[in-house]
Amino acid sequence: MYKTHVAHLSYDFKTLRNLMAKATPSRSGDYLAGVAAANHLERVAAQWALAEVPLKQFLNEALVPYEHDEITRLIMDEHDSIAFAAISHLTVGDFRNWLLSEQATTEVLTSIAQGLTPEMVAAVSKIMRSQDLILVAKKCRVTTQFRNTIGLENRLSTRLQPNHPTDNPAGVAASLLDGLLYGCGDAVIGINPASDNLEATLRLLHMLNEVIERYQIPTQSCVLAHVTTTLKAIAQGAPVDLVFQSIAGTQKANDSFGINLNLLNEARLAALELGRGTLGNNCMYFETGQGSALSANAHEGLDQQTCEVRAYAVARKFKPLLVNTVVGFIGPEYLYDGKQIIRAGLEDHFCGKLLGLPMGCDVCYTNHAQADQDDMDGLLTQLAVAGNSFIMGIPGSDDVMLNYQSTSFHDALYVRQVLGLRPAPEFERWLQELGIFNADNQLLQKAEVPALFKASLQKLGR
Amino acid sequence: MSESNDATVISNSWDNLKQFTPARIALGRAGISLPTRASLDFQLAHALARDAVNIPIDFSELQLNLSLMGLESLTLNTQAENQQLYLQRPDLGRILSDATLACLQQTEPISTDAVIVVADGLSSKAIQHHALPFLRLLLPQLHDYRLAPVCLVKHGRVAIGDAIAEHYAARLCIVLIGERPGLSSPDSMGLYFTYQARAKLSTDAERNCISNIHSNGLSYEQALKKLMFLITEAEKLKLSGVNLKDETTDALTDDSPKYVNFLLD
Repeated sequence: MYKTHVAHLSYDFKTLRNLMAKATPSRSGDYLAGVAAANHLERVAAQWALAEVPLKQFLNEALVPYEHDEITRLIMDEHDSIAFAAISHLTVGDFRNWLLSEQATTEVLTSIAQGLTPEMVAAVSKIMRSQDLILVAKKCRVTTQFRNTIGLENRLSTRLQPNHPTDNPAGVAASLLDGLLYGCGDAVIGINPASDNLEATLRLLHMLNEVIERYQIPTQSCVLAHVTTTLKAIAQGAPVDLVFQSIAGTQKANDSFGINLNLLNEARLAALELGRGTLGNNCMYFETGQGSALSANAHEGLDQQTCEVRAYAVARKFKPLLVNTVVGFIGPEYLYDGKQIIRAGLEDHFCGKLLGLPMGCDVCYTNHAQADQDDMDGLLTQLAVAGNSFIMGIPGSDDVMLNYQSTSFHDALYVRQVLGLRPAPEFERWLQELGIFNADNQLLQKAEVPALFKASLQKLGR
Repeated sequence: MSESNDATVISNSWDNLKQFTPARIALGRAGISLPTRASLDFQLAHALARDAVNIPIDFSELQLNLSLMGLESLTLNTQAENQQLYLQRPDLGRILSDATLACLQQTEPISTDAVIVVADGLSSKAIQHHALPFLRLLLPQLHDYRLAPVCLVKHGRVAIGDAIAEHYAARLCIVLIGERPGLSSPDSMGLYFTYQARAKLSTDAERNCISNIHSNGLSYEQALKKLMFLITEAEKLKLSGVNLKDETTDALTDDSPKYVNFLLD
């Protein structure tokens, strides 16, 4: 039982799970799940009570029972008590102060990451304002490598997402080239296939591999098919760089995705065996998003933000190159408007980074959400200030296959210019050598097509 | 506003790539930003798409055409009574309304092999444009199956098919539904196939999805081919979903010059 008094009223919260949900900033998905605070006062009361909870309590009280959830078992069994020692005496409220303090340097934050559980991190985020989430995330540094280096200071990478409604290779190639000529694609060139079809996946994998090889692009490819499809592709000898999978924070939700920890492990080992990384072997690409567990009716009574952070425990186990919170994709029943999407994006980025993940964000919204380009500009800018590892790059913000709006090639140029951010160093060199960027990372004034690509375009005629 | 003569707008010389994709490529730039024309184009498309979400479905024409084809159909409601509730409460869009349920229970129980459900989803336009032409192709393919009446659902989500399939004890459940409207495709239809769908028991992992059925996306013929493959395999394997892979070959690798990959060939 967790008790507190605020404004002459006393509040009791029966369980830690209940307390966490009530303390969460307002969002539609928690109302949908029936776990949200009834009003502003109850929410603040829960935040006061949560601030008093010792971090150690999260090791004693599992939010989802250990016996029936393999993610709880993963979190508890792999908790690093030595890394935790430095902060084990703190309450959630103290922990916020400590994170904001000068003591919490980049090195110190890195050293405690394995001692933090998702629930501890979710808890502290619930009593942090946007500027706190930005300030602390900015101090975290997570770098990963495959054929280039993601997450270095003052760098912002982009996933080039050249989706096409029918996976038409020429259609994919058109968006791909457009993106490269705008300087996008260092995080990954990643295609969402229109259908989870082995043959289409194979064709796209071979195509991306040939493009990367022929034009010597220091990046990696990914076809975002279900992990079982990718395993079949690997078995057929396909050139798989990154294994993709959507993951969630409860075993039940992952069941509904048709995955579990063993399957992810099997896929990672299969990709590692291919040995395709040149600089490093971070070979997994995960996507998450608040509300996914609830949408599978598998949230186990948790609020959606806590569920989300538990998914990061799954991601962390497999040493991914990239983790992408697809924040506004899920729709208004989980994040109703621009305000809720922005808050969720900042929370996810902070929580992921603090746990040691290479966190990026698909800054996005759907046409049935109460959001627009102005909201996305706000989130994009705030995330970039917070040191977000990567964003999406989609022609004109319009994904013509998935039917939602994300950040464009132009958006990436905007945020790099206003904040002085650069692409991954290996990719930056390639852009400069080809003459796409000049030495100051500006697009060349005359919009000339580099000689390397000119021949391809000339074949098409005018 | 003629940007072609505007010295401050830098156009892209690769705009002939637009023939290959509906994506917004080669937009040019003002500084590093979107030129005014492209920026306003986007705002226009967004306004159209947002409005499309709110156009209510009208099943009367579909119902008339189905009856002309000799097919019985029923209009059903879910517990999402209005559009605002429908958008915020997907759970209600997965449950039939009490009145609808009472109606169904009054009808003579029939045993069927397959049920076709048509739901508005997030784009009534998609259903208005694509449901009937697709059903005209699909129905002849199902002549060996005992079909339940075609169920037309207002404010429905994909999983509403489970309850309906259960009611008709149908082995095959085919749901046509309006997908969330995109900027370039406000009328995209999705198709979900579930084997042995049962309310509250079936999960998304047990469904196969064929999406992007619209004039610039997957054709009716391609979608039908995929669906018939799934049905045949599901009957053999006695399951659907992630363990049933769509291994049909798309007709996208033909020799038509449209499909030549200029980056590689």
